[in-house]
Amino acid sequence: MSILKEIDHGTPAITSTKTVSAKINGINVSVPDGTSIMRAASLNGIEIPKLCASDNLESFGSCRLCIVDYKDRSGFGYPSSCTTPITEGMEVTTHNKKLTHLRKNLMELYISDHPLDCNTCAADGDCELQDQASSLSLLGTNNMLKPTRYSSIKNDHLGQPVDSSNPYFNFDPEKCIVCSRCIRACNEVQGTYALSLHNRSYDTQIKPGISESFLKSECVSCGACVQSCPTGSLIEKTIVEKGIPDKTVITTCGYCGVGCSFKAELNNNEVVRMTPYKDGKANHGHSCVKGRFAWGYTNHVDRITKPMIREKITDPWQEVSWDRAVSFAAEKLTKIQQEHGIQSIGGITSARTTNEEAYIVQKLIRTAFGNNNVDTCARVCHSPTGYGLKQTFGTSAGTQNFDSVLASDVILVIGANPVVAHPVFASQIKKRIKQGAKLIVADPRRTEMVESPHIKADYHLPLLPGSNVPLINAFSHVAVTEKLIDQNYIDQRCDTESFNDWKEFISLNIHAPENAEMATGLNATQIRAAARLYATGNNSAIYYGLGVTEHSQGSTMVMGMANLAMATGNVGSVGCGVNPLRGQNNVQGSCDMGSFPHELAGYQPIENDKLRGAFEKKWQVTIQNKPGMRSLNMFDAAVAGKFKGIYIQGEDFVQSEPNIQHVEEAFQSMECVIVQDLFLTETASYAHVFFPATSFLEKDGTFTNAERRINRVRPVMEPISGKHEWEITQDLALAMGYQMNYSSSSEIMDEISELAPTFKGVSFDKLDKLGSVQWPCNDEAPEGTPIMHVGEFVKGKGTFILTEYVPTTEATNRKYPLLLTTGRNLTQYNVGTQTRRTANNIWGEDDVLEIHPADASTRGINNETLVLLRSRKGETTLKAAITENIPPGVVYTTFHNPETGANVVTTENSDWATNCPEYKVTAVEVEPAEHRSEWQINRAKKLEQFRQIRNP
Amino acid sequence: MTDQIKIYIPKETSACSVGSELIAEKITDLAQGHKHISIIRNGSWGAFWLEPFIEIEKNGNRKGTSYLNKKISHLSSIEELFDDFYNSNPFNIMDIDFIKRQTRLVFSRIGLYDPLDLNQYRNSHGYKGLEKSFEIGQQQTIDEIKKSGLNGRGGAAFPTAIKMQTVLDQESTIKYVACNADEGDGGTFSDRLIMECDPYSLIEGMTIAAYSVGASHGYIYLRSEYPLAKYFLTEAIKILKSHNLLGKNILGTNFSFDIELRIGAGSYVCGEETAMMESIEGKRGLVRSKPPLPAIKGLFNQPTLINNVITLASMSVILFHGKEIFSQFGSGKSVGTMPYQLCGNIKQGGLIEVPFGITLNEMIYDFGAGTFNEKPIHAVQIGGPLGFYLPAHLLNTPLTIEALMDLKGSLGHGGVIVFDDSTNMALQAKFAMDFCAVESCGKCTPCRIGSVRGVELIDKIYNGTAVKADRVLLEELCETMETTSLCAMGGMTPNPVRSIMKYFPNEMMI
Repeated sequence: MSILKEIDHGTPAITSTKTVSAKINGINVSVPDGTSIMRAASLNGIEIPKLCASDNLESFGSCRLCIVDYKDRSGFGYPSSCTTPITEGMEVTTHNKKLTHLRKNLMELYISDHPLDCNTCAADGDCELQDQASSLSLLGTNNMLKPTRYSSIKNDHLGQPVDSSNPYFNFDPEKCIVCSRCIRACNEVQGTYALSLHNRSYDTQIKPGISESFLKSECVSCGACVQSCPTGSLIEKTIVEKGIPDKTVITTCGYCGVGCSFKAELNNNEVVRMTPYKDGKANHGHSCVKGRFAWGYTNHVDRITKPMIREKITDPWQEVSWDRAVSFAAEKLTKIQQEHGIQSIGGITSARTTNEEAYIVQKLIRTAFGNNNVDTCARVCHSPTGYGLKQTFGTSAGTQNFDSVLASDVILVIGANPVVAHPVFASQIKKRIKQGAKLIVADPRRTEMVESPHIKADYHLPLLPGSNVPLINAFSHVAVTEKLIDQNYIDQRCDTESFNDWKEFISLNIHAPENAEMATGLNATQIRAAARLYATGNNSAIYYGLGVTEHSQGSTMVMGMANLAMATGNVGSVGCGVNPLRGQNNVQGSCDMGSFPHELAGYQPIENDKLRGAFEKKWQVTIQNKPGMRSLNMFDAAVAGKFKGIYIQGEDFVQSEPNIQHVEEAFQSMECVIVQDLFLTETASYAHVFFPATSFLEKDGTFTNAERRINRVRPVMEPISGKHEWEITQDLALAMGYQMNYSSSSEIMDEISELAPTFKGVSFDKLDKLGSVQWPCNDEAPEGTPIMHVGEFVKGKGTFILTEYVPTTEATNRKYPLLLTTGRNLTQYNVGTQTRRTANNIWGEDDVLEIHPADASTRGINNETLVLLRSRKGETTLKAAITENIPPGVVYTTFHNPETGANVVTTENSDWATNCPEYKVTAVEVEPAEHRSEWQINRAKKLEQFRQIRNP
Repeated sequence: MTDQIKIYIPKETSACSVGSELIAEKITDLAQGHKHISIIRNGSWGAFWLEPFIEIEKNGNRKGTSYLNKKISHLSSIEELFDDFYNSNPFNIMDIDFIKRQTRLVFSRIGLYDPLDLNQYRNSHGYKGLEKSFEIGQQQTIDEIKKSGLNGRGGAAFPTAIKMQTVLDQESTIKYVACNADEGDGGTFSDRLIMECDPYSLIEGMTIAAYSVGASHGYIYLRSEYPLAKYFLTEAIKILKSHNLLGKNILGTNFSFDIELRIGAGSYVCGEETAMMESIEGKRGLVRSKPPLPAIKGLFNQPTLINNVITLASMSVILFHGKEIFSQFGSGKSVGTMPYQLCGNIKQGGLIEVPFGITLNEMIYDFGAGTFNEKPIHAVQIGGPLGFYLPAHLLNTPLTIEALMDLKGSLGHGGVIVFDDSTNMALQAKFAMDFCAVESCGKCTPCRIGSVRGVELIDKIYNGTAVKADRVLLEELCETMETTSLCAMGGMTPNPVRSIMKYFPNEMMI
């Protein structure tokens, strides 16, 4: 595909049931009432010159190039077509001699204050100022701006220094035309308000913050300003270095579960820019710093591009051919099974690969391995979501599309910090809040979601870690006892018996807010007020993250939220619902693909003979009819000597699992650990086989985001390793004696849609045609399902489930008086494998321990000094960050950096239903430290040994 | 018992600027212990050449004299002051032509008494207009304004009742009234005089306006350069609140209304209504595009009635006296009285409220008594810094909205500035562009860059380095600014420049 230039209609689309008809240049046009003249013209193929207008921003009217004339106009000024709505019967002229003359004069004013250096400007050929000049014959040779009639005048803004402080883009003030698109993008699209106009009149200039550099300002580097800049003033460094792109490939971001669509833009077959795609249904042309800029890891020098093997983990790695690596792995696995039985090996599907790649790994395990020992990283994040929502609603996924939030009246965010973890969706939430929706945030920390410019949560409930269930039960108690429930909805949509049981249960006084004070640390009045707001706020929506699931009562909490939503009639329509914010690009997809030991693709129970039979027929094997081991069971079995081999597709257990030391022991007990990844991860230190994986830029397939949206991932280059990941798995299967004959990932999707009813209507052809679809996509919903459970729950009647609170055993005491909870920051992603290999490190690579000033001072801890963090499981050191954003008694850190080893201290406690680890609650003590912990020192030593690669 | 003696010492900016505070201090000292003497800080009569104009009222006989350049520091007793005063040929202000010839409707109370004396205000028909309005209801009030023919006095002369009707017709539950008191035009002061000398009439007018359109909250946006007006408004609001004339259930009705005073930050363009709204909302004073009209989507996105100080103060007059008080005068858009403000090189400058239609000649000679330095008149600028310049041979022009429009000018806010023949008109043209270059909000291109290019071009002409093409370019620039600017600031900046090119061609020669 050549370069894709999206049409910019200049002003946002208007939703109105009323249509107006008018004439533009004699052409009849019909548009929704309220549409600007500019947009109406553009929709009818008439382009009106513009510089300050863009259809993702409210109209502004500053450049004046878009002036038009219309019949019976009064007054002497010409109206700007971006700010003037077209009205019934209007007869508009967009181009005539007079208008062209005035536009030319306006352009001369712009050019009189602009450098005449197009031939050395990085934006040459990709500049709206240049385009407009061209259409008004103001370009000279080499497409250079011509000197204007004002040329002898010296008063201009030239010669100002370029701000290159941001690692990804430059700001050159002399090229700025003060159209304010950057400011408006920052305010309206991103919601950060980092930029502003300084001074007035001719001295007006754009500045980040209060005359700070971009890097020092509040800028979050989402790139919206750069994208909106019509000149070369704000420009990506990659464009400056490598030139403007000549080719576009539409694909999907490989970071979080929002699943933003991007235009990968290439120059000479090399990616030079990732620009969010306007038609992307999850992101509508917006992005965050990770997807937009942090893709440099894909060709980082650390990347392993050749297969490697070794007999023992203490041996150096040896690069070998693909054939050798595959046969080495197959022989080892086969031998293990011969010696230790069929159950002695297993595998893990990745939440970062495509659906097709995940599917084929679980198929390999259920066929070539002959067991169901397959699990996926969702085990440690959203398995309670799958379980809880299936029990109550009948599906293991969120109920809404992202756009639904724009119809919400009350937004309840629990245990999630979308501003840093799902920034593009957070911008959408903020947009809605600014339109007047109410916000409740339940989080121990005062997160960025609680308060930011023009956003303030109506209620922030800083509950103690581990007390979600009493909180949600108190919400439901208030709704039921104050008669705020939607009895009609319940009668029609829900199972009466389960409701009556639940009603009796939740009405018990133990669930009253007053009795939740002790467990939650909250004030009952506040809980009541927030609960009333949720119950009575018309469209109330719940968005939640790992702060809900990663608890020993994770599944209870998910069901507690589902109960509340059903009781108040908030499931099955736009604007409400219960929605997990999923962490990884394809964590939803990996679950959908049958990656759990008890389920086949499309959540079909393995124990169901009929459903399993269909797979057996298709795959021509007998599949074991009992669930296999979960990942935690595999590790326990490994330590017990019963589990010896594992094939891990893209997951770094040794950093991301709780109680790392136990996991390390498990890996050291295995005989064949196969890691398929981009880099030598922490887990790869314990591997015997390394299969080099592909980055998202090399993949051909699909990702499924948190709203069940299946997006296409298209390769912009051939796999650097020489093999697609599905080919590796297929080869391994063959080497172990099971034949798969896929010639493309599209064929794999065809098989998925044949076997999984919810994917019945999905094919690459359809995705290419529609852009994306949300499952279920079948005969009833051939174009997918944006909102689930409309009219009826997937399981028929919604089921209320009793949600008794069983506190975690991980309690504080005198020795471990503080509660540690963990989370994310904006610029690092997950275990940091990718982001630590990008310039994002400029914003900090290290995890820090957030601690309240009171807790810090009683322990003699100073800001930014090293502290020892100790739990019953282990100890590590990191730097302290003293902040009042965390309540006394609670400490907080991220787990992005392996050196920190935050998971050395977390425990093996896990969700009672799904074994999702309790990352969010660990009793700890903190004290000043003088040196790194023993674990950290040992790790550094081991790394050196385990990561050696023998020179070929 | 001795008869009460009242000494009036104006507390108004122009009087204060020529020493009335010092005089007040001195006289207060002298009057100490004399219980029969009361000192009243009244407003100004608007006859500025007389300021500080001190009056003494004895036996109901009120006379005054100008204390400009009058030494009183040597006086040692109140008796000496009285002797000195009565030896200075004091006269009743009502007897001088400058006042006698005026038709003071809106400015009927200025100078009379202490502007914060609510009893006096109410005794001189104060709050009778509001009572009338309550009596006849919202729609009738607007109809009364409509029939009076009142147009906006801020500069655009838009029919006031149309705005009111639009706001009334909006279904919103929240509506606002905003008083534009950002009187920034050089040579204008009528808003200030009302605010300093009769603040209650403005607030009564605002209350009428608010009641008629259904607004419950009002803002007065006052320029920071008017500290005394700020004082009077602040005090007036306080007093009215304590008398149930602002706040909940005004005069025992169901109508509640509060006013907040907002002070500008020194920006001229914040007198442009949309920039003013941005500023009131706490944002940078950037001009908004219209539509949407403020009457439909104004302050905080709610329907908002925006009026100038004089327009609002006129409402109390019209409601009390009835529509005819205005409609009897003038025709077309120029109906009622207009408070002209005469200044510049003039002997008798000040506020002149007369019916529309007076000519410049009458104003300058009958009221103003000619130039201050006796030099011949060269030009008159009408309507503030963005107004046009008229040459001496057009002084027979009547000061009506229509007549000035015919000459491609506008009356604006009613400022008239007189220039003598020593004026360099090229520099005046440059000043117009310069004013825009300093005061532009910086949003739209023709105003932001065009004004600076305008200054540069006129500079070239003034320096004699311009060529014919520069004049063509200047003309094109003026046209571009006039027809493409976002607001009247950029749109009207070419007015003075073009009028100078037209009427004073020799002074802009190339």
